[in-house]
Amino acid sequence: MGGIKIYGMPTSTNTIRALAALNEKGLDYELVIVDLRTGAHKHPNFLALNPFGQIPVLEDGDVVLFESRAINRYIATKYAEAGPDLLLSGGTPAERAAVEIWLEVESQQFGPPIASLVFEALIKPMLVKATADEAIVEAQAAKLEKVLDVYEARLAQNKYLAGEHFTLVDLNHIPYTNYLLKTSKAALVTSRPHLLAWWKDVSARPAWVKTAAGIPF
Amino acid sequence: MVVQVYGKPQAVCPQRVMHCLVELGLPFELVHVDIDAMEHKLPEFLEKQPFGQVPYITDGDFELFAGDQWIDPPHRSARVYCRLHAESRAIVRYLAGKYGGRGGGAPELLGRTVEERAKVEQWMDVEAINYNPWAFPVVFNLLVLPLRGAPGDREAAAAAVEEMKRVLEVYEKQLSKSKYLAGDEFTLADLTHIPATRYVVEFCGAARIFEGKERVKAWWEDITGRPAWKKVISFVESGKSSYSP
Repeated sequence: MGGIKIYGMPTSTNTIRALAALNEKGLDYELVIVDLRTGAHKHPNFLALNPFGQIPVLEDGDVVLFESRAINRYIATKYAEAGPDLLLSGGTPAERAAVEIWLEVESQQFGPPIASLVFEALIKPMLVKATADEAIVEAQAAKLEKVLDVYEARLAQNKYLAGEHFTLVDLNHIPYTNYLLKTSKAALVTSRPHLLAWWKDVSARPAWVKTAAGIPF
Repeated sequence: MVVQVYGKPQAVCPQRVMHCLVELGLPFELVHVDIDAMEHKLPEFLEKQPFGQVPYITDGDFELFAGDQWIDPPHRSARVYCRLHAESRAIVRYLAGKYGGRGGGAPELLGRTVEERAKVEQWMDVEAINYNPWAFPVVFNLLVLPLRGAPGDREAAAAAVEEMKRVLEVYEKQLSKSKYLAGDEFTLADLTHIPATRYVVEFCGAARIFEGKERVKAWWEDITGRPAWKKVISFVESGKSSYSP
């Protein structure tokens, strides 16, 4: 059997997303390095775990899962009793539905532009040693601005994105926001007072401090 | 109190929501929101759906919004800004969680155990992140833009079809292990694929995405043969506003 394993790499935002959830739950795990730079993700052994050849993958006993957001839902559900109630299992249908909406908003509205921006502005220069294409950075920043305007209004009315409690919604946003703040576009966050206050709160959580310590950037 | 779905019945995201409602044996009312008339940009609407997209649903006093493609009207410049929204997946999770598992023949759309649910979530994410980003440009360029009198990018559509073929190779392998994507029962993971794929294969002439993929073909025949899905299509074609099981 053995404990929980995460296959990924310590700089990968999606891997970090899963590690953040495990740390919130106070769970032990082993990080098995699958380094994209070596092509390990295309090896048949890894494709047997995730036929899409992407990291992270979680192994928990007989359960093998890919897609970091699905992994995090599983962690939040299976280990609901440990640490914070990340999916508001004890909440009302309305509270849980707010979690559902903003989980999707992260995945479909926030995720695509910030992932492109962070890749271009940070990942590409650091890991692949290529120059950032500023046109792409600007275009993605423009898309992200519109989304973050909605977030700013949301956080003016709510302490956390799904309501009054820290949930998986906030957690799923942390890894990419962390990287965004290391780019030339950090002002997207720092210029929005409620968003910045939210960031200061969620990034001060002990579980995130522990997760961040493992990121080589 | 009857669930209300706000949106355009021909659009992918409302169809996902309607399909889920029909599978669960629930009546609903469809409130048309006309994207073309940009009704959804009205301030009252923006208050309810801050991203300015349609549709949303009301379930008693409770409102959820789902997204739809929104597209700048064709009289603007040639660069058309469009976005695909997928909060329809949040809506169907909410509906399946709230109304599922009541017995009486309604399917368990989210799996029965924590582990089964995890597989459903995994394949719902695959649809959203690995599959739909390719289905969308096919439908957008070969169907939506021409309907609005604008030229579609046929090369982008062709490239997207090739990507769909590549992704479906993974599905072919998965469907040799289980009857449906997340296991041996039909779940939301299968359901969320249906509306966009129907447009791709039936309206965009891209049925070749299934070529050489016998299990994907069988899966497609099965899930689109479900009585609930057929009822959704009849309802959409009828132009009615009210559905009862």
